[in-house]
Amino acid sequence: MTPPVDLRSVTGKTPAPERHAPLVVVGAGAAGVAAATAAARAGVRVLLLDEHPLDPELMAMDVPLYFGQRMSPAVRDRGVMLERVVRANPALEDAVEAGVEVELGISVWGAFQPGPTLRELGGPRLGVADQSRSWIIGYDRLIVAAGARDVSLAFRGWEKAGTMGAAGALALLTRYQACAARRMVVLGSGPLGLTVATLARARGIEVVAVVEVGPALRGDAAMRDALKRQGVRFYPGHVIAQALGSRDELEGVRLAALDGDLKPILGRELDIACDTACLAIGLVPQVELLQVLGCRLVFRSERGGFVPEIDAEQRTSLPEVFAAGDVTGVDERAVLAPERAHAEGRRAGLAAAVSLGALAPDRAEILLRESPVPAIAPGPRVHDYWRQWLRATLAAGGGWDILACQCEEVTRAELVGVQPPRYLGPASAPMRARSLGSLGQDGPLNPDQVKRLTRAGMGPCQGRRCREQVALLLAEAGDVPVDTIPLASYRPPVRPLPLSVLWPKDEPASMREHWVSWFGIPTQFAPHWAGDPDMTVMLDVPGGAPVE
Amino acid sequence: MTEPRGASVVVVGGGVTGLSAAWWLARAGVDVLVLEAGIVGWEASGRNGGGATHVYSPLGVEEQRLWPQMDGLLGYPTEHMPHRIRVALTPEQLALYQTNARIAAQRGFRTEPLDVKALRELVPIVGDNAVGGLYLHFGGHANPQRTVQAYAWALQDLGGRIRQHTPATGFKITGGRVTAVLTEAGPVGADSVVLAAGPATEQLAARLGVRVPLAPSRVEMICTEPIPLMQVGGVDGNGLYGRQTRRGNLVYGGGPHEWLDDDGLAAARGARPTTPLLRSLGRRLAELFRGAAHVRIIRSWAGIVENTPDGLPIIDRLTEPANVVLATMSSVGFGLSPASGKAISELVLHGQCRFCDLTALRLSRFADTPPDWRARLGWLPSGSGLDSQTIPTRTS
Repeated sequence: MTPPVDLRSVTGKTPAPERHAPLVVVGAGAAGVAAATAAARAGVRVLLLDEHPLDPELMAMDVPLYFGQRMSPAVRDRGVMLERVVRANPALEDAVEAGVEVELGISVWGAFQPGPTLRELGGPRLGVADQSRSWIIGYDRLIVAAGARDVSLAFRGWEKAGTMGAAGALALLTRYQACAARRMVVLGSGPLGLTVATLARARGIEVVAVVEVGPALRGDAAMRDALKRQGVRFYPGHVIAQALGSRDELEGVRLAALDGDLKPILGRELDIACDTACLAIGLVPQVELLQVLGCRLVFRSERGGFVPEIDAEQRTSLPEVFAAGDVTGVDERAVLAPERAHAEGRRAGLAAAVSLGALAPDRAEILLRESPVPAIAPGPRVHDYWRQWLRATLAAGGGWDILACQCEEVTRAELVGVQPPRYLGPASAPMRARSLGSLGQDGPLNPDQVKRLTRAGMGPCQGRRCREQVALLLAEAGDVPVDTIPLASYRPPVRPLPLSVLWPKDEPASMREHWVSWFGIPTQFAPHWAGDPDMTVMLDVPGGAPVE
Repeated sequence: MTEPRGASVVVVGGGVTGLSAAWWLARAGVDVLVLEAGIVGWEASGRNGGGATHVYSPLGVEEQRLWPQMDGLLGYPTEHMPHRIRVALTPEQLALYQTNARIAAQRGFRTEPLDVKALRELVPIVGDNAVGGLYLHFGGHANPQRTVQAYAWALQDLGGRIRQHTPATGFKITGGRVTAVLTEAGPVGADSVVLAAGPATEQLAARLGVRVPLAPSRVEMICTEPIPLMQVGGVDGNGLYGRQTRRGNLVYGGGPHEWLDDDGLAAARGARPTTPLLRSLGRRLAELFRGAAHVRIIRSWAGIVENTPDGLPIIDRLTEPANVVLATMSSVGFGLSPASGKAISELVLHGQCRFCDLTALRLSRFADTPPDWRARLGWLPSGSGLDSQTIPTRTS
């Protein structure tokens, strides 16, 4: 006898993928293009997806980069943007020549692998979308080359339009050529800040100042000298005290001079007129797809925080999933120097080709020896540097009463006080008595728990503007190393997408036919007092298929 | 790790049911300790729709009486909001909601029919595809995450203790009574035990020599960006359950569940994956609220819940060992928690529930349930899925 199937369960209701690709590469930066090209040359059918040019509405939400409302109106012209994105990425041509199928302007909002809790999935799947619809792609191998995004840091007034991040600025300056900033102050004098300043100057943007929290400037001296010659002033031992501006627009910044303990020196404040403050203190790997997939992540401060555990072939803890480029770790010294990303991508592409049986392992080894991945000495712990900036803004940049989370309007004090949102009204006395300290007595601090209580990180930017500073603030207030703070979890869709776009046109008819709000067990919501439900009768119903 | 000190009552499971029971016991002056495998309310207790409208249950009247008082009783916010609106897009949906209203009326709860015009005045994002609705002058909703923490904190304020990251592994039984709950940190002495461990209840009960038929499954929900607040946040229908939060997000679940086997249950800890099903949930939400089709989904999540064969809770004091009260809410536990915890505390303290009749929820109703009941009901994982260990070795 065929066992009955619960028609209300997921069995048979997973949409078939619209298409299948043996290898999908997510991200068409240096690593992704190299991976796709290497695999295609080995004979693998490759689909390369990239989300640029982005939906301007996502850019306005600072997703995935911190664009800070400094996009020029040109970003609304999709055709022009597509052209620019392609022109800015000459390696794409090689990929296409090698036979890679390239799709641009496609968001990957989810990645799913079958497992003991996902038996119905049918195989590894990607959820993707353009601006009008979503669909499912099946894959055998996946290479995630999703790059890095900005690390944000709050200061008084940072919610004004015109506060942006270096990754957002670099994208607008290079790929989009659509940066609306006119007068910029750069926060951070490391390679990232100097690169942004140099490119901005080259695009005709006036760069008035580069600010460094430490007493010594960072980055390349020659690059600094070139900027100085162009009139850029450097402010070591300073922090941004606040964004100036009458309304929601940034119209200037106030800098505060710091002493050796990162405390403000009284009377040493300086106002600078500008329309943009660009945070260039660091980048963080965009691991959201890897986390959603369930790849093992480890904390490596010298690589920007949580990165996938990968083997010598760029393979993650999931055998079907590889990672390459900045998503495996960011090195600020290698901004716009994509040699490592390129080599890692190539290695991932070849390893994927070998695992798909398209390339003999010994042949792959020969190819890899031709261009090995350059060995780079690990950089310093970036979180120690970020924490200096945090401490400086705590002392001179607005302290604890400024917003840590813009979307949900949660202040730093409310965050570490684990206080409920203000819209719930005045907190009770026992509520006010609770704090991070009392929560910490119950167990190790977990940002997901703090998020649930305070709402910091629960807004439409999906925690991109606050995730790192929340971890730093928890470490600071809880007096624990930031290494002990777990990664606040990412959830699909990892891009905020409209219901109308996610609408599944591929939904099987059985989904609607058997849809119930909750299990469809006939006795579950029946009045319990109408007589004891007779279990033996129900268990004898053939198929057990419940009826409404 | 220090060995946990014993307590008069040890509650196994820091979900909403166990926490509520512990809080009620602490209110009665009992020395109580909650053992939680992870973080309080981290599993289904903190991941549900927040509904508090279960008047078909013997606990339902007390549920309705208690919810409006909970913020005051606990001293912490639950975000409880009263009343519900049900939106029907088909005559069948309307008939189902009317049936529910008739059940509620038997318990004295009032429901008002809403024509499409009245419905759209109350809920402007409802479209012209609605056929009608109901206004429930009872029921409501709360924030599950805030509520579980409120129970935990209120319990601590009364002197109760919570031990997180301490899963129970078994029991020490002497003379027909549990004398200690075993954990990796050592045995925890107890005069009485409440076993309310959600999907893990079946396996833990087996350590007591007690069979509790439970089937775990994975269910999913979605959350949108905030939209302007509606007059009543507790609006649902079209096969969805959920609410508009006090912040304005639309948080909804429904649709198919995925049954788990033992491997699935073991793997579910720490990994509760969602699937592309979030699109189908989003579609039904866009149907329910046509005026919100442009709203963005910003996250989804999954939880693991357990069901008994008839979908009804088990709240019962065991006969052997005699000092154990067992509780599973069969996947519908959050809203009933004020009343279920109270009932459990009374079973512990008095051997019976004094405010309602729990006969329908006794464990003995499953005495004759056959061992292969899950297969008979079809409550098994899909067999069609690729095993994650099976990796294709050739290009297709």
